[in-house]
Amino acid sequence: MTTTRLGLAAAFPPDTLHALEGLLGAMADDELVLGYWDSEWTGIAPMLEEDVAMSSLAQDEIGHARALYALLGELRDEDPDHLAYDRDVADLRHARLLDHPRTDWAFSIARRWLYDEADAVRLEALAGSAFSPLAELVGKIRREEVYHRLHATAWLRRLADADGEPRERLLAAWRTLLPDAATVFTPLDGEQRLVAAGVIAATNGELETRWRQDIGGTCRELGLAVPGPAADPMHGRTTHGEAVAWLWGEATMVRRLDPEATW
Amino acid sequence: MVSAAATGSSLEARAWSALAEVPDPELPLVSVVDLGLIGRLDATSERIRVELLPTFVGCHALEVMQAAIVERLTDLAPIVEVEPVFDPPWTSDRITADGRRRLAAMGIAPPGPASNDLISLDAPVACPLCGSTRTRLENGFGPTQCRTIRYCLACRNPFEAFKPV
Repeated sequence: MTTTRLGLAAAFPPDTLHALEGLLGAMADDELVLGYWDSEWTGIAPMLEEDVAMSSLAQDEIGHARALYALLGELRDEDPDHLAYDRDVADLRHARLLDHPRTDWAFSIARRWLYDEADAVRLEALAGSAFSPLAELVGKIRREEVYHRLHATAWLRRLADADGEPRERLLAAWRTLLPDAATVFTPLDGEQRLVAAGVIAATNGELETRWRQDIGGTCRELGLAVPGPAADPMHGRTTHGEAVAWLWGEATMVRRLDPEATW
Repeated sequence: MVSAAATGSSLEARAWSALAEVPDPELPLVSVVDLGLIGRLDATSERIRVELLPTFVGCHALEVMQAAIVERLTDLAPIVEVEPVFDPPWTSDRITADGRRRLAAMGIAPPGPASNDLISLDAPVACPLCGSTRTRLENGFGPTQCRTIRYCLACRNPFEAFKPV
């Protein structure tokens, strides 16, 4: 299988291959950072059932990240753990939407919903990818994401339909997150080549339009503003803040103690 | 004289029988064969190659299962390779009738159909303890990635259900 994957990738011109690596890296970083934020709820979620749910979601997302780093590792002939963890926080390429801290429950739910809906659009565009190992992985991930979206949507409605504090907290989260919501669709270097090669079905700009159409109905129904374009599109996946720097320190703490350790 | 093909196929049959004795570490009564986790299996006297289909992308039982399969098959061929693959994707529809009975015997409701993209958490699920379908979903997530938590309104017990996925 390894040789098949490398063979497939070798059929791409170097520029396309480079763009593919950028896509895999950005997606993997999105899932890894979100997974670690979710895991911060373990033990302290508002109720036991949500403790279980968030822990399971975290495991799913970090699992997706791991599989994406594994693909990237095969293309680059590098160890996936090394690619993921032996980096400075400045080298992460997750969307700025995921840069915000966990904050409160309404904030985590609002971000999860915005991200899950964006991720669903991106995954759909990869389902028929000409890079078949990615298409296969995405096929599997999409089946898991059904549960994520049911969870996020149910909670978004519950908070939005509640009077008083829950809705106020949701609206506060919305105000903070909205300028960064569309950063999941930050254009990637060489993405036109990926579209031309059939790796992904559309550019990030087109996917962003689809996402806005998809979520518009629910936003309006719940009295929530429909996200506009990213406020700072030039830095949609760069220039990370202190919250993620702290998270990254936590995530890599054990590995940094002894990078050569085996388990 | 036994033909090469016959040797190969009998070795393959022995490999399948051996795999039927490898349990899922999170579901000790259910084997990797019962769960439909084995994709292709190629067996020659030099080498056995098993494709393992993960239930979830991030399933942390995967390495344990890989090691258990290698250990169980190592008597049959000098080289045993277990490779996780996503093609075909594992779905809960792959769980065999035997696997479903064993899940229920462990107190875990077997999954409903998942063959289409409209996976629903609203489909009726029978309580593995009393058989009533008057059960409700408590949590779309559970103690492992592949389970939900439900409550039986008839016998008033909580129980776990395998996710249709």
